[in-house]
Amino acid sequence: MERQREISGSNTSLAQRAWAIRRNALLMGEVQGQGYIGQALGVADVLAVSYFHALNYRANDPEWEARDRFLLSIGHYAIALYAALIEAGVLPENEIETYGMDDSRMPMSGMAAYTPGMEITGGSLGHGLGIAVGMALGLKRKKNPAFVYNMLSDGELGEGSTWEAVMSAVQWKLDNLIAVVDFNNQQADGPTTNALATGTEAPKWEAFGWYAQEVDGNDMSALVEAFDNARNHPSAKPRVIICKTKMCKGIPFLEAREITHFIRVEADEWAKALAVLDEDKPQ
Amino acid sequence: MTHEIPIGALSRRKPKHTARTLPVSETGERLRTSAMIASLDAEGRETVAAPFGHALCELARIREDIVGLTADLSKYTDLHVFAKAYPDRFYQMGMAEQVMISAAAGLAREGFTPFATTYAVFASRRAYDFIVMAIAEENLPVKIVCALPGLTTGYGPSHQATEDLAIMRGMPNLTIVDPCDAVEIEQATHAIADHPGPVYMRLLRGQVPNVLGEFGYRFELGKAKLIHDGNDVLFISTGFMTMRVIDAARMLKSDGVDCAVLHVPTLKPLDVETIKAEAANRGRLVITAENHTIVGGLGEAVAGALMRSGVLVPFRSIALPDEFLDAGALPTLHDQYGLSVDQVTRRVKSWMDN
Repeated sequence: MERQREISGSNTSLAQRAWAIRRNALLMGEVQGQGYIGQALGVADVLAVSYFHALNYRANDPEWEARDRFLLSIGHYAIALYAALIEAGVLPENEIETYGMDDSRMPMSGMAAYTPGMEITGGSLGHGLGIAVGMALGLKRKKNPAFVYNMLSDGELGEGSTWEAVMSAVQWKLDNLIAVVDFNNQQADGPTTNALATGTEAPKWEAFGWYAQEVDGNDMSALVEAFDNARNHPSAKPRVIICKTKMCKGIPFLEAREITHFIRVEADEWAKALAVLDEDKPQ
Repeated sequence: MTHEIPIGALSRRKPKHTARTLPVSETGERLRTSAMIASLDAEGRETVAAPFGHALCELARIREDIVGLTADLSKYTDLHVFAKAYPDRFYQMGMAEQVMISAAAGLAREGFTPFATTYAVFASRRAYDFIVMAIAEENLPVKIVCALPGLTTGYGPSHQATEDLAIMRGMPNLTIVDPCDAVEIEQATHAIADHPGPVYMRLLRGQVPNVLGEFGYRFELGKAKLIHDGNDVLFISTGFMTMRVIDAARMLKSDGVDCAVLHVPTLKPLDVETIKAEAANRGRLVITAENHTIVGGLGEAVAGALMRSGVLVPFRSIALPDEFLDAGALPTLHDQYGLSVDQVTRRVKSWMDN
């Protein structure tokens, strides 16, 4: 199968894409008056590079056989992925107002059956990387050169099944598998590194046999370089990009708030956050 | 006031077994613990070697989408036959049931029909969340085929999947099959591959008896089949207990008890129409029989279906007790827990006498 690039060559910069993803996420959060907005703002740059630099897809054909598969393990990050899929044109912008509502295609936790572009049902953590292993094996069987990306969280590295998949990917030499870890050091009960994830950065993955990179997940040029390295790395190793991100990135008054897994935003603060973002729109 | 951990709290655990001298039987032989690889006692019937493995090879010959995965148990689930015939379509996933199930889901997403094998305890207990969320929730065509169902090993609770049907029955979208013999395993392997959704199939492996051949039996997914008719008792059975009740029916016949046998290989979806029609017919004593705990298996499924249908009949169940079972030789254990032909016969007679 010929590998085709389908991303449009528009002049929109990655910074503008990330800005739009943050804005879409804030608008969805405002609809429900709640949401995992801290994670969405933090990971927006990683998603911008994924969807507007690295991934191969057709916005009007989410099941396109040659597409790169992007698997979201972390179901509660759905708000962030919807924001990116809207910016990518996979989902229409006018569905923002349905986020989390009855009959919406955008439920609060991501599920494959609901949403175009949502490859798997996430939410029960520790599943995504194993499914990615199977899809990467399947693509190799079909001689399809597409990549499988799995976005997982640092907290998810506490799940034993993730490490079964880490070992399996090495065993099967899955050079078509790219794990993207959002390392914001925050899980439900506090800092991830106070729980199980201490030392789960690059050296541990390398010891397991992966090609590992650790980058500032809010530095656009570092992310671009890391995704390029991951795709072009010559060895047969599976690849991981550990993205150190900052919760609530881009909205200083939220960044300054005591960091928690589920950021509390008061009713009047959504508009305030959008105003802050609008003032900072990249040109 | 301080609360101290009481000394001797551990005495509330299951007590240790007491020392025993070795029993000596009348023939001077001692029954040994069955190895995990032991085949089910053939009881004088002809047997077929590795029916699942050979059926899967036959299927793979005509269907390129068939792939096989195992978690270090190919030899003990008869998948080694497939692995040898189709090495490039076989995935040894190592001792890691969770990633085996997730990877099978991933392969199914890419258009393949994966058969994933392990022991029933490991699929049902360890990999449950992965079967639910990666496979069943999206109705993916993964076939989970598991050896050592119920009480088919003497290794104790670590290997005895006495509650797998109860665990699996709660899962939406999942089809559950418990075949009786080699004939049925061969036919069911083809049938579950043709089914568009996920399947959990219990497996007898190694030398598997041919029991249903003489009845001209044909497996149909989702269908209960009357093996033979009878006027006094209606056995409703699944898995290898169908061969036990067929043999018990022969013994009971000589005692003047005429038994019908309705075989229910598909536990879910249950063939309620056939079960209802047979149970409502002639007011026979209905006796369910299964290689599974009394909790949440065939017996409770049939009882619930009959009560909801308004078919109220005399009803008994043959099943394993709600206990962790002993280790030992399989024939001893089947006798001890009521699954042997002798025990089935004895209990049916006692029920008929009262």
